Amino acid sequence: MDIESRSQHGVRPMITLSLKDLAVRRGDRTLFEGLDLDVAPGEAVSLTGANGAGKSSLLRVVAGLLAPVAGAVRFEEGGQALEPAEARARHLHLLGHQDGFRSGRTAADELAFQVGWCGGTVEAMEAAVRRLALGALLPLEVRRLSAGQRRRLALARLLAAPRPVWLLDEPLSPLDSHWRAEVGQILQAHLEGGGMVLAAVHDPLPIPARTCPVGGAA
Amino acid sequence: MNGAGLLLRREMALAWNGGGGPLLACGFLLSLAVIVPLGAGPQLDQLANLAPGLVWLALSLASLLTLERLFERDFEDGTLDLLAMGPLADEAVVGVKVLAHWLTIGLPLALMTLPVGISLGLAPDQLPLLAVTAALGALAFSFTGGLGAALAIGARKGGLLIAVIVLPLFLPPVIFGAGALVAQADGRSPGPALALLAACVLVAGVVGVLAGAAGLRGSRT
Repeated sequence: MDIESRSQHGVRPMITLSLKDLAVRRGDRTLFEGLDLDVAPGEAVSLTGANGAGKSSLLRVVAGLLAPVAGAVRFEEGGQALEPAEARARHLHLLGHQDGFRSGRTAADELAFQVGWCGGTVEAMEAAVRRLALGALLPLEVRRLSAGQRRRLALARLLAAPRPVWLLDEPLSPLDSHWRAEVGQILQAHLEGGGMVLAAVHDPLPIPARTCPVGGAA
Repeated sequence: MNGAGLLLRREMALAWNGGGGPLLACGFLLSLAVIVPLGAGPQLDQLANLAPGLVWLALSLASLLTLERLFERDFEDGTLDLLAMGPLADEAVVGVKVLAHWLTIGLPLALMTLPVGISLGLAPDQLPLLAVTAALGALAFSFTGGLGAALAIGARKGGLLIAVIVLPLFLPPVIFGAGALVAQADGRSPGPALALLAACVLVAGVVGVLAGAAGLRGSRT
């Protein structure tokens, strides 16, 4: 049994997410309003929309890093509402364009910190490194990695520190076709383990996913 | 390892990564120590009278120099978002980062005030007190600086903004730290000034951590 199914079939909370009448504004521009969305465990949702429509902002609102001007983000575990701060600290992964890797440190150091910070174990990290074929890259400084290699390094954190809700901002864009397929399998395994994927995308995800259009702005 | 230990270790490693750690700030401190006696002329006794104040001026300016990097790079590369998804509250994140700043930069600077004190003509028997007050003062500067750096996250000309926020708040440690040295030189007990300096550290600790956490939250808009 490969790594992602092993780490994800363990005891993990079943989290549901509901967004109600959400409105988000950046500066004096309203990106979208009246957005409703319910996501169940095992479900993937593609957020689609033009550049600047508010997909990334929506992910940050769901993560609790950005406050909506109206509406609510609600995480539930077994019918019990979760505190936003607790959900963020224990149940969410956010993978954005800025991955938090310091370019002058080695990939190994940076990954070990991120995995430890998010509550993952060393064994799970080693398994994630094997799954994403990162072994040869670990001794390199992060600045020497290509965009796709860097994205795989960031994905290793998601595998090594199991959290049910994955908020992904164009997760596949820098990856080649081989790794797009591999990551598709990883996402599929995450969903089968009861996880949830909310991904801002321009190309369709390689897994069955509901589509949620965001905003109208061009 | 728990979250605070992990973060502390990373911060200490980062201080030496690509920035030369405390070397830059220490070099700045030593340059001041060279410039002031050369500029002030050959009257050694006059210089010695001013030495406590000059040492503290140099320490506060050298601390200021290092503050811009405290949160700005974390903000730019997305580390602040990651830190928000982890086990520590914002207050604890600020506290750990400030502590790392003191350990990697504040303490070396405090040590470096000793040659500066000697070059300015400070009496040798005052050096132990200088080391203690400088270490305490550097801690107050780190906490206060954490506040300023967190409030300036994402600002253009952040370094200047930090200086304007932070320099007035540096005054009390400077007054009591230099005051302790002056009191000892005059044959009085440095105790009261030392106690007030320690009180400054405590106030800076509480205010710096709370206001710094508010600054982190504010940077997420």
